Amino acid sequence: MSERTLLSAEDIGKRFGGVQALADVSFSIRHGEIYGLIGPNGAGKTSLFNVLTGIYEPDGGSFTFDGAPLNRLKPNEVAERGIARTFQNIRLFQNLSALENVMIGRHVRTRAGVFGAIFRDRATLAEEAAIASRAYQLLDYVGVATRANDLAKHLAYGDQRRLEIARALATDPKLLALDEPAAGMNATETRGLKGLLEDIRRDGTTILLIEHDMKLVMSVCDRVLVLDYGRKIAEGSAADVQNDPKVIAAYLGGEVTLHVKDVR
Amino acid sequence: MNNAGRTGIPLQVWAGVALVAIALGVLPFVAALAGQAWVRILNFAMVYTMLALGLNIVVGFAGLLDLGYIAFYAVGAYTYALLASPQFGIHLPFWVILPIGAGIACLFGVLLGAPTLKLRGDYLAIVTLGFGEIIRIFLNNLNAPINFTNGPQGINLIDPFRIGGFSFASTESFLGITFTGPQKYYYMLLLLTIAVIVVNLRLQNSRLGRAWEAIREDEVAAKAMGINTRNVKLLAFAMGASFGGIAGAVFSATQQFISPESFGLFESIIVLAMVVLGGMGNIPGVILGAILLTLLPEVLRYTMEPLQMGLFGRVLIDAETIRLLVFGVALVAIMLFRPAGLWPSAVRKRELEVRKAAA
Repeated sequence: MSERTLLSAEDIGKRFGGVQALADVSFSIRHGEIYGLIGPNGAGKTSLFNVLTGIYEPDGGSFTFDGAPLNRLKPNEVAERGIARTFQNIRLFQNLSALENVMIGRHVRTRAGVFGAIFRDRATLAEEAAIASRAYQLLDYVGVATRANDLAKHLAYGDQRRLEIARALATDPKLLALDEPAAGMNATETRGLKGLLEDIRRDGTTILLIEHDMKLVMSVCDRVLVLDYGRKIAEGSAADVQNDPKVIAAYLGGEVTLHVKDVR
Repeated sequence: MNNAGRTGIPLQVWAGVALVAIALGVLPFVAALAGQAWVRILNFAMVYTMLALGLNIVVGFAGLLDLGYIAFYAVGAYTYALLASPQFGIHLPFWVILPIGAGIACLFGVLLGAPTLKLRGDYLAIVTLGFGEIIRIFLNNLNAPINFTNGPQGINLIDPFRIGGFSFASTESFLGITFTGPQKYYYMLLLLTIAVIVVNLRLQNSRLGRAWEAIREDEVAAKAMGINTRNVKLLAFAMGASFGGIAGAVFSATQQFISPESFGLFESIIVLAMVVLGGMGNIPGVILGAILLTLLPEVLRYTMEPLQMGLFGRVLIDAETIRLLVFGVALVAIMLFRPAGLWPSAVRKRELEVRKAAA
């Protein structure tokens, strides 16, 4: 892991009517780390994701990504810059096959237009073959290759989560933002996911991880940011954060410490 | 897909293709045995196939409900009519007008698409419905102060398709076989329809086709995956409209007369019904829907009276009345028993070769 900063956020704010979803949140993510984002329900984690990926516009503050500002970009432009995400409530293309889902992820890194599609020139054919083979590779990488031709909606829940990660990886992201990837997974599936996250990091992609499964967060994250009521209440290594009294208080005393015992 | 397997196409497939080609080749002569009207009906089935395939891009692939699609058909038809009739005294050949018609319809597609980018579902349906009506009313009223469209009287004496001295409208003999006008049009329409089908199949199995389907499935996720939904949606409107424009130009040339009456809301609904009943998003389904919905009312027109005579010994209900009733009941029945359409799309299986290439 290097010390170079990949993403830095300065004083990000977002308000919905009377609710301050995010208030002056600042943090920075280094190249090659797994950065955790935790906090109780409604703390603003997903709002932060949506602001980062251009789905919401922030009221204030700015992001710098990979050395350039990331302001007022549309979601597709954010993806083009190299941030890919998954969704808390899985948003796959349900009626398309698993393979097609991942192939769509390649859209932003490929070029073929109407004429290529109609005339199927050599370059387009080569591009299509590359898209398909990369998609198979990624399905294999996340472990759902056997379901390539099944509709996304027919996949098991855990496989859908993995498929969403494969689709995000297909955009060649520098930063992979995962919104509760372990939600709804059993212990075995979560262990498998942990292995996958470590593989992704090893292969050079930085990860921003929202997760409620504290055991997973504490075992896989290099550093953790804790949000509560839209504010940053702690940031640091997993070990530091889990002993922070403010964090323990935010989780209404105990839940975190309880999980900490599991880890040790 | 088919490229991967090009070397290994089995003999049976070639035999099947050859049989279908022969069947399509002799079809106009078989139909002519029942009268030239049936050849014209076949031609209409092909015009509607092109229309339905165009609408399928917008509705079936991109999931944008368009109730004013017939406007592009009208734009194509009037483009042809104005550029090849005594109306302005311009008589361009059809192969010049066909791309112009497609281009202008495409422009109108973008014109409709641009303001409706943020709309979906019911709201989009209402705006497109209004657009369709606006175009029709324009055509109806553009006869004053300057007479462009001849208003409700329509445009008459439109040039038929002609290549050199060879006109598609007249009866001629080659090699001892007599070809009537509709039969010659049949072959030209068949080529054009096949081209439109091939283009549609290729679009569907392309980077753009997948982007359209992604938008249909989940627009937010599509954006988050880096798809420029604005451009891709505009492209769907533009491509769909172009096919409508081509169909319109062909309609103009085969009928040699058009009026705004042919481009009403009912036509839009029929074309949408072809797409929905056939199987939204599935090209073979849409073709089936277009052919069935063109042929069924005509078949009913000729069978309802003999049927009643056979059953009751006399004609109880006028054929013209009952055929629409039966047609409506048939549509409702299809939707009840096949809610996804007659031929819904299956998961398109990828060739094994691609999987091997990845391994």
